[in-house]
Amino acid sequence: MIEPRILAVRTKILKKNDELARRMRAEFVASGVLVTNLVSSPGTGKTALLLETMKLLIDRGRRVAAIVGDLETDNDARRLAESGAPVRQIMTHGCCHLEADMVRDHLDGWDLGQLDYLFIENVGNLVCPTSWDLGESLRVALLSVTEGEDKPLKYPGLFNTSDVAVITKIDLSRACEFDRGLALKNIEAVRPGMVVLETSAKTGGGVTEWTDFLEQKKGP
Amino acid sequence: MHELSIANHLVSLACQSVRQEDVTRVSAITIRVGALACVHPDSLKFCFDAVSEGTLLEGAELRIISVPVVVYCPTCQCEIELPEIQPLRCTVCQTPCGDVRHGNELELESIEVVDASD
Ligand SMILES: Nc1nc2c(ncn2[C@@H]2O[C@H](COP(=O)(O)OP(=O)(O)OP(=O)(O)O)[C@@H](O)[C@H]2O)c(=O)[nH]1
Ligand SMILES: [Mg+2]
Ligand SMILES: [Zn+2]
Repeated sequence: MIEPRILAVRTKILKKNDELARRMRAEFVASGVLVTNLVSSPGTGKTALLLETMKLLIDRGRRVAAIVGDLETDNDARRLAESGAPVRQIMTHGCCHLEADMVRDHLDGWDLGQLDYLFIENVGNLVCPTSWDLGESLRVALLSVTEGEDKPLKYPGLFNTSDVAVITKIDLSRACEFDRGLALKNIEAVRPGMVVLETSAKTGGGVTEWTDFLEQKKGP
Repeated sequence: MHELSIANHLVSLACQSVRQEDVTRVSAITIRVGALACVHPDSLKFCFDAVSEGTLLEGAELRIISVPVVVYCPTCQCEIELPEIQPLRCTVCQTPCGDVRHGNELELESIEVVDASD
């Protein structure tokens, strides 16, 4: 009987993804493009907010592009393309999050040096995208007023690893009896000091402030 | 269901780690999973068994060490282990703590191999 032998490995399971993401981030930063990864539940309003944001940035003369992940269909890419910006769809066929290599494969032929902003809309999911670095410089956790103030408490992993939170669909606050103070308190509980912006893609409320925030992150 | 993707990455990393070794099979692998990674152990084991089929890892036992959330409390100036994944707040002084020191782990700790007999 041969005794088993233990090999100590101590390596991150997602090392391959992490290393690729790190290389991609270095390239994005060197090219001067601000890469933003938007994460939320299905239907929070990522595409709606992104469309308004991209239109506004284009009006301001900025060069933008987007990559959008969905399980199936290219509906979101077609909606975002209304902005006039180049948009690509990643169909994950069942995979509940985007991985760095999927993003890399969809950058083909884009000159990053010619872009100011690249938005990545992740697959609608609050858990799975959290562990996957896409090389972004800004990770945004979105929460709509229709889905309950306790989302940050239920999904602390996402909110804790994000750089900024956006509360969406604020035009529906009253109808949903949304408790804004409680939502802010819950975000604060999982990510003290987190910047929180509030938007409505329907009325345009807060979209300027959100876009200004991005412009400030991007720098000159 | 990110467990399937994690299992895929785990199996390829583990296979790569034993490639240079002269082993007949892998009897067990041990991983560390942080509470904030939101991994369902049973589902990860299920996916691991499926993905490892036909590789050196086929039949290996997957041992999962759960790592609790540990935050740094700026008020107490020390690390505090939390009993739950939320709230991220010091259990001693109640200060909100966003500085997560442990809990996001997804690490391959070790591989137990059976050497080829010569
Ligand atoms: N009232 C209101 N409705 C909104 C707002 N933003 C989005 N919606 C609606 O909410 C629904 C979902 O919006 P999407 O933008 O598709 O949400 P999403 O997060 O991209 O969804 P997935 O990509 O499927 O995860 C649509 O019916 C939108 O019209 C908003 O600010 N106010
Ligand atoms: Mg969408
Ligand atoms: Zn304390």
